[in-house]
Amino acid sequence: MEFYRSHVLVCGGTPCVLEGCKGVRDALIAEVKRRGLDREVKVVETGCLGPCDLGPVIVVYPEGTLYQKVRVSDVPEIVEQHLLKGRVVTRLVGEAPQAGVVKYEEPTYLGVQERIVLRNCGVIDPESIEEYIARDGYRALAKCLTEMKPADVIEAVKKSGLVGRGGAAFPTGLKWSFTAKADADQKYILCNADEGEPGTFKDRLILEGDPHSILEGMAIAGYAVGADKGFIYVRGEYVLSIERLGKAIEQAKALGLLGSNIFGSGFSFDVEIRKGAGAYVCGEETGLIESIEGKRGEPRIKPPYPGTEGLYGKPTVVNNVETIANIPPILLNGPDWFRKFGTERCPGTKVFTLTGDINNKGLIEVPMGITLRRVIYEIGGGIPGGREFKMAQTGGTSGGCLPKELLDVPMDYFTLPEHGSALGSGALLIMDASHCIVDIAECFMRFFEHESCGKCTPCREGTARLHEIVAKIARGEGKPGDLELLDELGSVMQVSSLCGLGQAAPVPIKTMLKYFRDEFEAHINDRLCPTGTCGI
Amino acid sequence: METAAKSASICPAKVSEILAKYSRRPDALVSILHDVQKEAGYLSEEAITEIASGLDIPVSKVYGVATFYTLFSTKPKGQYVIRVCENAPCHVLGAKAIVEALEKELGIPMGGTTSDGKFTLEYTSCLGVCGVAPAIMINEAVYGNLTPERVPLILKEYK
Amino acid sequence: MAMVTIDGRKVEVDAGTTILNAAKKLGIDIPTLCHHPDLAVQAVCRICVVEIEGQKLLQPACAFPVQDGMVVYTNTPRVRQARKVNLELLLARHPQDCLQCVRNRSCELQALAERFGMREIRFEHKLRGLPEDHSTPAIVREPDKCILCRRCVSMCHDVQAAGVLFPSRRGADTVVTPVFGRGLDEVACALCGQCIHACPVGAISERDDTERVWQALADPNKHVVVQTAPATRVSIGEEMGLPPGQIITGKLVAALRRLGFDKVMDTDFTADLTIIEEGNEFLKRLKEGGVLPMITSCSPGWIKFGEHFYPDLLKHISTCKSPQQMFGALVKTYYARKAGIDPKDIFSVSLMPCTAKKYEADRPEMCDSGYKDVDVVLTSRELGRMLREAGIRFEDLPEEEHDDPMGISTGAAAIFGATGGVMEAALRTVYEVATGSELPKIDFEEVRGLKGIKEAQVKVGDLDVRVAVAHGLGNAKKILDLLREGKANYHFIEIMCCPGGCVGGGGQPIPTTMEIRGIRGNALYEADRGLPYRKSHENPAIKQIYAEFLGEPLGEVSHHLLHTHYTPRQKYPSVAKAVCGEAAG
Ligand SMILES: Cc1cc2nc3c(=O)[nH]c(=O)nc-3n(C[C@H](O)[C@H](O)[C@H](O)COP(=O)(O)O)c2cc1C
Ligand code: SF4
Ligand code: SF4
Ligand code: SF4
Ligand code: SF4
Ligand code: FES
Ligand code: FES
Ligand code: FES
Repeated sequence: MEFYRSHVLVCGGTPCVLEGCKGVRDALIAEVKRRGLDREVKVVETGCLGPCDLGPVIVVYPEGTLYQKVRVSDVPEIVEQHLLKGRVVTRLVGEAPQAGVVKYEEPTYLGVQERIVLRNCGVIDPESIEEYIARDGYRALAKCLTEMKPADVIEAVKKSGLVGRGGAAFPTGLKWSFTAKADADQKYILCNADEGEPGTFKDRLILEGDPHSILEGMAIAGYAVGADKGFIYVRGEYVLSIERLGKAIEQAKALGLLGSNIFGSGFSFDVEIRKGAGAYVCGEETGLIESIEGKRGEPRIKPPYPGTEGLYGKPTVVNNVETIANIPPILLNGPDWFRKFGTERCPGTKVFTLTGDINNKGLIEVPMGITLRRVIYEIGGGIPGGREFKMAQTGGTSGGCLPKELLDVPMDYFTLPEHGSALGSGALLIMDASHCIVDIAECFMRFFEHESCGKCTPCREGTARLHEIVAKIARGEGKPGDLELLDELGSVMQVSSLCGLGQAAPVPIKTMLKYFRDEFEAHINDRLCPTGTCGI
Repeated sequence: METAAKSASICPAKVSEILAKYSRRPDALVSILHDVQKEAGYLSEEAITEIASGLDIPVSKVYGVATFYTLFSTKPKGQYVIRVCENAPCHVLGAKAIVEALEKELGIPMGGTTSDGKFTLEYTSCLGVCGVAPAIMINEAVYGNLTPERVPLILKEYK
Repeated sequence: MAMVTIDGRKVEVDAGTTILNAAKKLGIDIPTLCHHPDLAVQAVCRICVVEIEGQKLLQPACAFPVQDGMVVYTNTPRVRQARKVNLELLLARHPQDCLQCVRNRSCELQALAERFGMREIRFEHKLRGLPEDHSTPAIVREPDKCILCRRCVSMCHDVQAAGVLFPSRRGADTVVTPVFGRGLDEVACALCGQCIHACPVGAISERDDTERVWQALADPNKHVVVQTAPATRVSIGEEMGLPPGQIITGKLVAALRRLGFDKVMDTDFTADLTIIEEGNEFLKRLKEGGVLPMITSCSPGWIKFGEHFYPDLLKHISTCKSPQQMFGALVKTYYARKAGIDPKDIFSVSLMPCTAKKYEADRPEMCDSGYKDVDVVLTSRELGRMLREAGIRFEDLPEEEHDDPMGISTGAAAIFGATGGVMEAALRTVYEVATGSELPKIDFEEVRGLKGIKEAQVKVGDLDVRVAVAHGLGNAKKILDLLREGKANYHFIEIMCCPGGCVGGGGQPIPTTMEIRGIRGNALYEADRGLPYRKSHENPAIKQIYAEFLGEPLGEVSHHLLHTHYTPRQKYPSVAKAVCGEAAG
């Protein structure tokens, strides 16, 4: 292998692509070459580096300097100053106090983070299977196939304490064991990459940044439960993810890491991509299955559960992208290693996506159990303009809203529900004091009305009514009794809806009513929007 | 206008070709609808009927599936479909102002299509680029970190 | 087996039994709405939810299987609240005009509202404002009343294989509709009306033609004749408050006379005639190498289905008109002449268990008498309404006889109304006509009963005649697909559009369930046993009509009046076609 003095990582995640990273990459390559540095400096396109709102983002190693909002016109200066003369171009590293990311690996940014899932994101060229392999890629699969029995694999996953990262937090090892036990001529592994939870884009960036980790994880799952076929269901909008996955599958097949008789073990595994078509509810595992079967993506009644009767009626494991990305490192390093991260009840890390009123928006991976405060103020760099924190919604639009009193609650799959919220997909939406609760509530409820599949009464009718009532309150047409009705309707939807969508739809509104009731009351009783947002 | 006329129709032969690619398997319906729409711009009654006939499934089912997913359209749309994210992360960072700028710039309300058939304006749920909210998608291209000022500049690329 | 505790009482049931059925065993009646005993589990209305110990979520009793040791509560405050709020949500989008509604007092939603004592609906009353569908002469759709339970979808797809009704769009915009929102007249609907039986509310119903009949009855210049279909004599009682399965032939005749019909005659007479014509047609096809297997033709829903989906197989269908249309053609010719009445003054009404018959009567070719052969088709439900409106009480009625000359019939005709009945009736006659000897055993048990597809083999002379019987279009489809593939190794096939045969017709009293279809069918077999003649060719009135009017079976008059032809129809609605090829660019 050739040795390079410097590596320049150009983020190739979608947010950076939008801001023109491809042009920057091409310009860098050309400029490096023009300066005769192409033997010393390697320009690599990687997956998401994290601070997506600052794109295009590049990091220069070995120093780890992060440049943000890089334009093609900045390229000559970076090459001239940094790569030739070793001087940091300070004007492109952002204002230190605001961004806090002068150096990519500075304690407040990457320092707090633990990168298991994102171990390769922003490090390797996602379109190169060689780079993945060079970082221990497919070694976990080799280990499983050559040294472990399927039951050992399941046991290891069980022992790791890994729970699903798609929202429901179901223990992954246990889920696999159901499918392993089921007796059938055909079983399936489904990777759920339908990611539609507003505020969530982690799966997209994992797929874009490290597609092979998903293929490897799926193959391991297949081996563990006795499935030889996998599908990745990706949102139709995730054009780049689909493209990269497609390439990765081809590469893996070419090297015999997918296909028949992998590593001469007799185990065969194939993966196909299926494209979603715009329905949040297809993220629900049985809605997803229906969609793969060519139907309306309406969730099925459970039982039967997919583990025993899933795709085409066959036993099926459905796992989230992030869950699967955890699999190879767990198998490679062992469950005890994994348990060192996070909390006793909830080991490992969690990938969060930071959005809303926060300085460092983007993708982070932190140990389970970290507090909201640390995420917002340490990693997130606080709220723009030093404005006052009002609330954070955890877990995306189906999660609850937490007020500042709860900033120190540890975030994991078991503690947040105790406060009426959920960790869910790991989306974190931060809102400052300038926002009106009712206005935000209306936005949430519009989402559920739009995304309800329409199959069951409480959700089909209920989401529309929640939206209708909140919209009226926002217009100043609320009446006494509305809040009680919202509460009651919400409770009924939570316990009687057919799937998680209808069950979760009232969660944000219920937490808002719990923590910010006075603001609703002001709209109803005084016909007044305290923040002046609503057109009353 | 030639592109518009072409994109508004699809030959039964072309549908048949797409069906053959999926071995006429009814479970490939979502993929088939994707491909047909890509070819024709939208899913016409004729295309839906051809698909049902080719797959030998009730046409009501094909229609039911086609109308379930928001990426599918059973009505012709503008050459460029502008989909504006209306979910909270974008909302919080000013999606409303983007909507207003788009409506003003194109002279149509949300849900409308410009009279020259060029642009359709509609809402969408989260596009998964909330790190650069507020965001929109024009056909397959995503634009993020939008400000009302950037809207005319972006639209200029398409006019 | 599983031992479960429901509301504090224990019951043992098979593992996998639904909570709903387990509770039923304890005499607990959990309210339901989207549940239908004969149809696929939907579990969408969430009215039947119950609490299970150890679970945060309520679960739908209609779908949730019991497990050993499960503890269930069906009547807790949480359960009652969920049921009421879900009902309230449905009602808030529902017209609630019960007083003007066809399903007033037979509506499951209305019954629930009563049962829960709904006095207030806190959500804004907002209708969807969807257009009604009056496009066919048979079925009316009022989508605003639809509560999206999807029972009709299961019926139309899984049972009837017509695939007409399906959900489209999503969320609160969801509608259950024919494709592209078209009217039923534009799609491949059999007009079987089984979706009406599936529907818990008034979203689908028969077209009401009672007013036209009242007008005719009130018109002194009209000679109003009514024919009564086989299946109605065991179902009309239900419209009048009697339990299913009562044979009320005599009272029905009396009731019709009291309504003012000038003559009350019997479709059973033309059912016998059908057997003579069809039996001879079958023997002719056998003898002359005609198209076999031959398929019966008396079910107009099946005919329409066949025309849409199996136009290539139409030559297999007997050319005999249905008994209704044979009657219609004869009443304005044979009867008119005999009674000395100008056929233009005859108003011919038929009482049918069927919605498709309304369509059949309106087919342009059904005017062989020179007039519209059947002027109005009334379903059992419509007649029920007329009887109630007229204040006729069944218990006070005497038993009366049908009028001559088309009032005498046999047991073979009576069983026309049950699945397998036409086949059995035909075999009784075919055997004796072909062999000239008496049937050793008159009952063909193999073709009776509710099994979807029944087969039998009967030795007629030297030939082993292989027959098959299918009821419900889904079962018919199975046989027709085999036939298309050349694998249906039969001589004669009976197809009835509706599950259970005409006793389960789309115009029959509500409710019509599989259980009730069976009970009505059994009553017809009982009627058969009680009749003096049980073979069509023994009917003296049939002998008379051939002697006086028709000449011989399959003769020229028969050909003109009693036989018909079929029209291939589209499987898909007409759509605008794109212009293809280079020229279009
Ligand atoms: C409305 C709804 C949307 C969901 N969306 C997603 C999604 O986008 N991605 C995902 O992995 N799981 C989603 N889930 C959760 C899945 O149903 C399922 O629990 C998950 O894919 C299981 O994987 P895990 O065990 O690895 O978390 C959703 C659930 C509901 C109810
Ligand atoms: S809860 Fe909502 S999304 Fe889920 S099945 Fe019911 S209507 Fe569909
Ligand atoms: S459908 Fe039922 S509830 Fe609705 S108006 Fe008719 S009778 Fe009343
Ligand atoms: S009448 Fe029969 S075929 Fe027509 S929609 Fe109803 S069930 Fe389907
Ligand atoms: S039409 Fe009737 S049966 Fe069909 S979904 Fe609506 S309410 Fe249910
Ligand atoms: S996509 Fe570039 S930093 Fe996230
Ligand atoms: S909320 Fe707008 S892109 Fe996610
Ligand atoms: S009756 Fe059980 S959910 Fe409708």
